[in-house]
Amino acid sequence: MALPTHLHYTKEHEWIAVDGKIGTVGITDYAQSTLGDIVFVDLPKVGDSVTAHQTFGSVESVKAVSDLYSPVSGTVTAINADLATTPDKVNEDAYAAWMIKVEMANPSEQDALLTAAAYEAFIAEETGK
Amino acid sequence: MRYLPKSPAERAVMLERIGVRTADELFHVIPEEYRLKRDLKIPRQMGESEIIEYFRNAAAQNGSGYASFLGAGCYRHYRPVVIDSIVQRGEFLTSYTPYQAEITQGTLQAIFEFQTMICELTGMDVANASMYDGSTGASEAVLMAARITGRSHSVVAATVHPEYREVMATASQHRGLPSTTVGYDAETGRVNLDLLQAAITDDTACVLVQSPNFFGVVEDIPAIAAIAHAKGALLIVSIAEAVSLGVVRPPVEADIVSLEAQSFGVAMSYGGPFCGVIATKEKFIRQMPGRLAGQTQDADGNRGFVLTLATREQHIRREKATSNICTNQALVALMATVFLTVYGKDGLREVAVQNLAKAEFARTTLTAQSGAEALFGASPRFNEFVLVTEEPVAVMQARLLEQKILGGVDLSRWYPELGHATLWCATELNTRAQMEAAATTLAAREAVEA
Amino acid sequence: MASDTMIPVETTTPRNTTLGKVRTHPTQNEGLIFEKSSPGKRAVRLAPLDVPEVDAEALLGDAFRVDAAPLPEVSEIEIIRHFTRLSTWNYAIDLGMYPLGSCTMKYNPRVNEFVARLEGIAEAHPYQPESLAQGSLEVVRELEQCLIEITGMDAITLQPAAGAHGEFTGILLVRAYHESRGNARRKVIVPDSAHGTNPATAAICGYEVQNLKSNSLGMVDVAELERIVDEDTAALMLTNPSTIGVFESEIHKIAEVLHAKGALLYMDGANMNALVGKARPGDFGVDVMHLNLHKTFSTPHGGGGPGSGPVACKAILEPFLPTPVLARRSDGMLGWNHDRPQSVGRVRAFYGNYGMFVRALAYILANGPDGLRQTTEDAVLNANYIRSSLEDLYELPYTTASMHEVVFSDRRQAARGVKTGDIAKRIIDYGFHPFTVSFPMIVSGALMIEPTESESKEELDLFIDAMRAIAHEAEKTPELVKNAPHSTRVSRLDEATAARKPILRWRPTAG
Repeated sequence: MALPTHLHYTKEHEWIAVDGKIGTVGITDYAQSTLGDIVFVDLPKVGDSVTAHQTFGSVESVKAVSDLYSPVSGTVTAINADLATTPDKVNEDAYAAWMIKVEMANPSEQDALLTAAAYEAFIAEETGK
Repeated sequence: MRYLPKSPAERAVMLERIGVRTADELFHVIPEEYRLKRDLKIPRQMGESEIIEYFRNAAAQNGSGYASFLGAGCYRHYRPVVIDSIVQRGEFLTSYTPYQAEITQGTLQAIFEFQTMICELTGMDVANASMYDGSTGASEAVLMAARITGRSHSVVAATVHPEYREVMATASQHRGLPSTTVGYDAETGRVNLDLLQAAITDDTACVLVQSPNFFGVVEDIPAIAAIAHAKGALLIVSIAEAVSLGVVRPPVEADIVSLEAQSFGVAMSYGGPFCGVIATKEKFIRQMPGRLAGQTQDADGNRGFVLTLATREQHIRREKATSNICTNQALVALMATVFLTVYGKDGLREVAVQNLAKAEFARTTLTAQSGAEALFGASPRFNEFVLVTEEPVAVMQARLLEQKILGGVDLSRWYPELGHATLWCATELNTRAQMEAAATTLAAREAVEA
Repeated sequence: MASDTMIPVETTTPRNTTLGKVRTHPTQNEGLIFEKSSPGKRAVRLAPLDVPEVDAEALLGDAFRVDAAPLPEVSEIEIIRHFTRLSTWNYAIDLGMYPLGSCTMKYNPRVNEFVARLEGIAEAHPYQPESLAQGSLEVVRELEQCLIEITGMDAITLQPAAGAHGEFTGILLVRAYHESRGNARRKVIVPDSAHGTNPATAAICGYEVQNLKSNSLGMVDVAELERIVDEDTAALMLTNPSTIGVFESEIHKIAEVLHAKGALLYMDGANMNALVGKARPGDFGVDVMHLNLHKTFSTPHGGGGPGSGPVACKAILEPFLPTPVLARRSDGMLGWNHDRPQSVGRVRAFYGNYGMFVRALAYILANGPDGLRQTTEDAVLNANYIRSSLEDLYELPYTTASMHEVVFSDRRQAARGVKTGDIAKRIIDYGFHPFTVSFPMIVSGALMIEPTESESKEELDLFIDAMRAIAHEAEKTPELVKNAPHSTRVSRLDEATAARKPILRWRPTAG
């Protein structure tokens, strides 16, 4: 599956779409396929603050749990409440099943994130091991 | 060495395949100085008849033929014979935790039935597959409340089993979780609601009460719940005498119920193994410790059961787990499940009502003469009551023992303010003759003194 | 309603198909007990009340339960059939080899069950006067003495209810010890090969967990340990033999490194079945450890409990043991001592899982010193026999000498898409319980096999044949393995839906 080029990525396998000061965050297709059937997504509350490269929640498959890391710092303005009842949407389309929206405190942080090409190279390196 | 299924010749063939001469060589990876070169200093190997003789002697040393009025967190109820017939089936007895669902459907379905029965008894939405016992279960419930609320303080009624409170103190103190103990009303034996109200702060995660409490008195759960909830604290109700649920209203206002299921067909066995269980509201499932069996389907559409929501557990979360507890008490939970199936809807009610009647008769009979008085007489009780005597407890108990009667538990260790107080329990197994004999012995005090 | 039942005639069903040691046979279908309930059926009759009846509603007032809990209403024969049918859906040690690594699924002797049910033992109340509990207390005393001798330690508590509870108690002892010396310290070191309970326990006791990477032999990297141990280290939690079944040959150096900085060595006794009668942790530098009576000492696993997790320690930790401790009084009587000012406190009501003490002691008495040593030797012999018989087909990630268990990896089979979990499911078709899969985490695709001493050469050979057959299947017909099991009552269960939409209790169907 080709990586959407309008997104930025992290080495912890999150993506972010930036629109003005608002960043929309989810996990990548590679992450969901590695985790397998996702059964629960634990998200912060609206109004919580998140910090770049720090955990903001977790995602659970049947036999594993992985922390979610925020690509940027800021304040949570929305969460995808649908995921509470239909976590499988992350498996269906990881790039549609966003998790949180963040009002970014420091939009320049996105410059340090990976481009689609850089992330693709990173995955290739990871799986090549 | 009758448990070892190998002949010397077979061992020799196996050693040859491995390529060593003796089994001892396989231990040469242990540095020489740490290898034990002598026999362990333990009793010599015994024949089966000797083993049975050893334990028969131990049992005999315990004394037998006593009429017992002991309860206080460990209850003597009748255990239907089918319980041991079923739990001694090797397929239940010698099976492991049902991680391989395809070949452990029996254990899984039995756990699912157990969870269902506990929900129906307690009025909660979900119950786990069991915990170690009531004391550790209550302690885990407090930690669970702290996780849910993000608060750290707990308020505990002084009428919770003293040993449960000790276990909680051990668990809380090492995590820096403060706790306040709230006293009871001297008239009612129930938790003092004014003190309770005053003890709850903005950092109080939970209020923990026991009902029936340690004195056998049923607490006013709706009133306690209202006080706790008004300040955003959760209510945990610990139940040590599970048979009470046959006739006592379930604590439906609670957020978490911690039940000790020993009364459901589990031998007293000098205090264990027992069977704790945590039940709660649906919204708190993910903060609940312990294993859970869930219903699902197999690839062909058949109903089946699996352990589920396992990501809460220590083998996956490691240092982030909700609890470090690994085992449950599956076989003991099975005993409880069989017990509840044998008694059923009407039987559990009947046996619970018999307990009420026996305790009521014991109380009135023992207090019929001067020198003995029952406390908290106006409060609703189940099968226990506190007796205060003019006579010192040790003297009274010694006289009862001479008549082969085990009187109530001495309360002075935990509640010195009650004076010469003992906690008596009468179940369906206590006979009228035992109660009358105990009363006669109590009444004989003056005669002895005169 | 027999006429409603359609019995399809399967003329093509092959009869008596044998695979290794098994042949398929039908099991009974059985619904939930609630589905068999019908009002008025019953399985109990109480003795008539010999005291006056009471008005429960009047006595209890608002506390009266109006609606009885809707427990099932069934008769005794239905109960026996229900649970007997369920039992036949389980695999068990009594049916065959159960080689779950690190679980020590050994034979559970029946005399243990018999003596635990003797009336004077099973009906003892924890609060009966000590003068009438001397028999129960002598059993505690004897077991304590035996376990102290077996571990080479100085003192013990039997109070913890299971292994993880023992870990909790042991780390509390460590904490109390350091606190008594003025500083609780901050961190506990846990090797990456450890059981998940170890880091969970350390965290629950308020310690920061520091992970220690294993070296290329799968053992503790002593140089790395030396680098990270400091005055803030409370303890190292070590499993020895390790979770790959290997004895830490540098154990004395590990202990020295810790003790030099005032830290303690905690041993997880999960793998004591490799050591009993052959080596004693107390002799090789361990300060505190837990045992699992349900592993090493043959008390039944019972489908997941009850267990029992005694904690043995050196004399320096004795003052901190949970209260009460058993003591012999000046008059020769045994009794519980509650006056223990430095104790960490109580970890369980009463005295622990007493019924398990009885069983464990019966096991020790049945074996004696010679039997326990032979048991350990046989356990190690069996694991090495499996290793020698399978290492040409399954990858050995660590070639260090094995003790009571052997860990392979699925690397060769995974090349054909067959993972350890698939092999585990396929071995079910051959009539065995699977080994432990995917643990320890330091081995990718681990197959952790612990046969215990309870297996005969015949049973081991059948297991080896089955594992070899599966290795060939993985080459020739990988789909057969990947879709296993094929012979069980249920096929692979949908765990994802079970977790996404949990159904955790039965409810009556509407209408």
